Formats: sequence, structure tokens, C-alpha cells
Amino acid sequence: MERTKIDLWVGIFVALGAAALLGLAMKVGNLTSNKIGDTYYVSAAFENIGGLKPNAPVKSAGVVVGRVAEIGFDAKTYEAIVTIKIDKRYEFPKDTFANIYTAGLLGEQYVGLEAGGDEDVLKSGDKITQTQDAIVLEKMISQFLYSKASETDSNKDAKTPASAEPVQGKSTELGDAPF
Amino acid sequence: MINIIINKISRFLSGIGHRMIARVWRLGAGARLFILAIIYSGESFKRFHLTLREIYFTGVMSLLIIIVSAFFVGMVLALQGYNTLQKYGSSEAIGVLVALALVRELGPVVTALLFAGRAGTAITAEIGLMKTTEQLSAMEMMAVNPIARVVAPRFWAGVISMPILAALFSMVGVLGGYLVAVPLIGVDEGAFWSQMQANVDVRADIINGVIKSVVFGVACTMIALFEGFDAPPTAEGVSHATTRTVVISSLTVLGLDFVLTSFMLVV
Amino acid sequence: MTSNIVEIDNLSFGYGGRLLHKGINMAFPKRKVVAIMGGSGSGKTTLLRLIGGQIKPTKGEVRVDGHVVHEQSRDGIYKLRRTMGMLFQHGALFTDLSVFDNVAFPMRELTDLPESMIRDLVLLKLNAVGLRGAHKFMPTELSGGMARRVALARAVALDPNIIMYDEPFAGLDPISMGVVCGLIRSLNDALGATSIIVSHDVKETFLIADYVYFVANGEVTAEGSPEDLMQSTLPFVHQFVHGEKDGPVPFHYAAPDYRAQLLG
Repeated sequence: MERTKIDLWVGIFVALGAAALLGLAMKVGNLTSNKIGDTYYVSAAFENIGGLKPNAPVKSAGVVVGRVAEIGFDAKTYEAIVTIKIDKRYEFPKDTFANIYTAGLLGEQYVGLEAGGDEDVLKSGDKITQTQDAIVLEKMISQFLYSKASETDSNKDAKTPASAEPVQGKSTELGDAPF
Repeated sequence: MINIIINKISRFLSGIGHRMIARVWRLGAGARLFILAIIYSGESFKRFHLTLREIYFTGVMSLLIIIVSAFFVGMVLALQGYNTLQKYGSSEAIGVLVALALVRELGPVVTALLFAGRAGTAITAEIGLMKTTEQLSAMEMMAVNPIARVVAPRFWAGVISMPILAALFSMVGVLGGYLVAVPLIGVDEGAFWSQMQANVDVRADIINGVIKSVVFGVACTMIALFEGFDAPPTAEGVSHATTRTVVISSLTVLGLDFVLTSFMLVV
Repeated sequence: MTSNIVEIDNLSFGYGGRLLHKGINMAFPKRKVVAIMGGSGSGKTTLLRLIGGQIKPTKGEVRVDGHVVHEQSRDGIYKLRRTMGMLFQHGALFTDLSVFDNVAFPMRELTDLPESMIRDLVLLKLNAVGLRGAHKFMPTELSGGMARRVALARAVALDPNIIMYDEPFAGLDPISMGVVCGLIRSLNDALGATSIIVSHDVKETFLIADYVYFVANGEVTAEGSPEDLMQSTLPFVHQFVHGEKDGPVPFHYAAPDYRAQLLG
């Protein structure tokens, strides 16, 4: 008589635990959004993938259509080979454009697909030829500073009043060291 | 004069040595008990109601303390997180912060610490008293193996209860964080959940948290059982053993947490 | 080979070089109540643990039913223990189980009897010790005497051949003492078992024992029937039986000269 009460409580306890685990997986974790059904694999070569990681989302028009399956390195061309898996429901033309984007200024990186106009569609094992590398923030800043620095050097005497003042300040502050 | 100093130093050093040897001896004895508990598990599984009974005492009886503390921990996390995140204009990330902190660390670790205080001490005191009152000897004389009858069911109850309690802790903590973040502070509900779901990975975060809590379950239960078994059969001995259970379990859990986390982040 | 169910042969036992027993010989014939008597700390309880195989002798051997106890494997010892029942000094009842479950414990653990039969057997055993009405109580709700009787019912739950009693009379009031005393004798005769009583209560033990061993300084100093021992002129036995304060067992623990210690 007492044993059945204990059994009942233990049953409730285990059920609560299972519910909590399920709740964590479904509501807190990405189990639901992670579910892509059957997939096909497509690869793309990039000169620089920045901080892209396996399992990063593949989006088209902002909708997740797949995931990054594998990232490799081609020792002949010195390029990164990114293999992505795309949901079988979505077909993309052969001339689809693959970009590596950053979500927000400092967010995670993902692969963006922009559909082209070709009649043929990508099949498993195909290669996307048109790619655009990740934007590397350090590279961008240095490019910006370099161009600004040369600009201010040539315009030193001209002194355009509106924009020269703050840019000059920045270039002396940050620009000297790298070059 | 110098002789006295040398004498004192050597006595001090040999004291440390003796203590170290005693520690190592206890470690070995604990490991032996662990192996015996595994070996005799089969016998205790045959009558699973014994293990069910212990799950009731260690798991079900710890529910209240786990749920209440999880609720408060979740709420505090949300308050503190919001305070910092809103300075950077990313207060929607509060859901991620609360969920990751709970699922990866606080769920397993705080549950293990509470478990050591609530269930671990009870196990140590019970077994210590059973030893003091010759109940274990009586069992042996009745040809009943105390390891199969007393140790193994409690061991498995602890190992089963801990992940369940930790999962409950994380879930209730997230709910507590939700209550503070969404109705109280006014973070957007959709952003709260979607950011959380986008950044909490089932395998890397949730499953790893469960693995941690299973390891903590083994460690905490084993320490409590061993301290009870090893307690000198006096009132003082049992009370010391109970204290040691809390201290050693807590330190072990925190140390193991570091080791496990470093493994999980590297892999 | 003989009618002795337990034999202790030239047994020595000690902790860390200090010998507690030095060459003890004892025999426990079937169906008899045999008492082992001696002062506190003379290693009487240790003898019971040696018979039960919980510890191993330093020298010599204990034979139970012809089997040398310390040479048995773990399973062998467990098999021997199934023929033994033991009443611990303070009962050692399982405090988390009710009186009923305590007595049912050995049956549930060691036999495959159906629950209905276990119920009948438990009530039978409890009836034998006069506590059938108390089967629902928890051990903490019992008086010392009742707890001892429940423990006795548990010790005889599986109808053992050998029943060992460790200080069965310690800490009981005179009425309970008389009850337990009578139970030991009647259970022994009813079950056809052999009882080994370890005690220092002379009056009760002499009342029910068939044969008595006196143990002191790790040796058997005297043995015989209670009647013989009452008449014994051996100084130690005389002191013990008649409860005299001083004698061969000195009142003072070995100490340096009192005068010298006081004056420093």
C-alpha cells in the first residue's frame, strides 16, 4: 500500500524529468529548427571564409534552407571548400551565387544563396562557381584607413573643410602603426 | 634549540605525509566500493523496488528545493543579464544568456551542490547510523550482502535522479528568467525565445549538460555512500562524515566541472 | 563425526600483533544451550564474529558443521550463515522497516516464498515472541525489551541450526530479562537448535545454560555445567559468579604507584 504510493511519486518524478528534457530540447534548444528533412550536398570554393563554422545556417532570402556540412582546404588552389547541405524541397539554379555574410556587425557568419536565372538546377555533388568571400572586418578597416590616409596625404594642402578634420584625426591615431 | 626546530619541522612534514597517505588510502577504498557497487548492481536490479524506494528518497524529496532554487536562480540571471545587456542595446539576447548559463553550467552544478547538501548528507547519515547500530553487521550475518542490498540501490538512485533534477532545474530556471524578462522588464517574447533557440544547440549544450549531471550523480552519490560506510561507529564519527560529504562532494563537483567543460569545449 | 555442531580448535586472534585470544578450544554440542562468559573486553563478541566468518583467525580454526569457516569461499560462508541466526547486542533492527518487514527481511532476501506464506510465517514467529499484535510498529516505537524480542523473532525467522546471542540481557528490566531468558530456552528446544550465548549476566545465564565456558585473558579459564561452576573454588570463577569487587580481576587498572603519581 505504501509501495504503490512511492511508485506513483517516482513515476511523476521521472515524467517531470522527461518533460523538462523534452522542453529544453524543443523550446530552449534548436531541435525543431535544426530539422531539415532529406538534403543534397553542394560545394563552393571561397578564398576566405572568415569565421564560418560547420553547422552554420545556409539562408536564401533570409530563410534557412540548409546547413554548412563540412569545411575543407584545397592545398592546390589554396582555397576553402565549403560543403553545404540543402533541403531537397528547395531547388536552386546552376548559376546561384554563394556569399558569406555576417549577421549584424559582430554576429555569426552564414552562407547566403542568391538564385540566378539558369534553367538547370543544382544537383548533389555540384559546385557553385560564383562565390563572394567573407568580409573580414580587420581587412576592411585597414583598407578604409589606407585609402583615407592616401587621400589625406594628397589633399593635405587643399584642406576640404567639411570632412578632412575628423578623418585626419583618425588616421594619425590608428593609421600609423600598420603601415 | 636548533634540534627543537628541526624536530618540529620534521614532525610537521611527517604529519603532512601521514595525511596524504590516509587520503590515498581512502581514495583506493572508495574506488573499491565503487567497483563492488557496480558488480553487485545486478543483484539489486532484480528487485527494482529497492532502487525505486531510494529514487523516492533522493530524487522526489529533493524536488522542492531544486524547483524553488532554480526559479530564483533564473530570475536573478535575467535581472543581472538585462542590467548589462541593455547597455549594449541587445537586451533580447537575455534569453540566450539565461538558457546557456543554466543548461551548460548552473543546472548541473547547482543541482549537484544542492543534491550533496540534501540527499548526500541523508545517505551518509543513514548508512553511518546503520553501521553504528550494527544493522550492516546484522545483514552480513543473515547472509545478505550489504553492498547489494544497501549500497547499489542508493547508487543507482543517485545516478538516475541527478540528470532528472538537473533538467528540471534548467527548465524551471528558464521559466523564471522568462517571467522576469518578458512580463516584468518587457523584453519582446518572440525575440526572447527565438534568440534562445537559435543559439542553444541540442548536442553541444543540452546533451553535454546531461552528461555532466550524470558524472556529478556518480561522484556525489559515491562520496556520500563511502563516507557513510567509512564513518567511525560513533555519534561524532557520523557527524564528521556528514560534514565531509558536503565538503568533498562540493569540491569534487566544481573540480570535475572544470575538467568536463574543458573537454567539451575542445571537442 | 561428532555431535558437536560448532568446534573451536586452538584458536588465536588479535589485532595488530596484540592477541585477544590465545589458543582457545571449545565445543558446542547439538541441541544444547552453551554460554560463553567473561568480563567486558575479554573478546566474547569477537568469538561470535569468528564463528560467523566475519573475521579470520590469526591461528587455529573454527568448524561449523564440519566446515572450516575461514577456508570457505564467500559463497560458502554465506551458505553457512544461512544456517545461523544472530541476536545482536542492541537488536540491530532495521530502523527504516516496520516490525513485520524486519522479521520478513531474511525470508524475502534469502527465499523465494510467496508473500502470503511469508505473512503467515512472520505472524507465527512474532506470535512465538508474543508480539504478533505489534507487527505494524516501527522499531523506534518499541521498548528495549520488545525490540530485543523482535530481533529474536528475526534471528529465528529461517529456523536456523545455530542461534547466537550477543549479550541478550544487557540493558533490560527484570521482567523483560525473564521473558527473553525463557524465550531463548524454549526456542532452542522447539527448533532443535544449538544456542550460543555470550553474556556476563550470571544469574540468567546459569538458569538456562547447559554448559558454560569462562573466558579471561584470552584463554578458557574454566568450563562446566552451571552447578559445577557455582561450587567452583577457582578464584576467578568465584569472583565472577559472586560478583566480588576485588580478586584475581583487579579493581584497579594497571597504573604506576598512586603515592608516587600524586606527589609527582
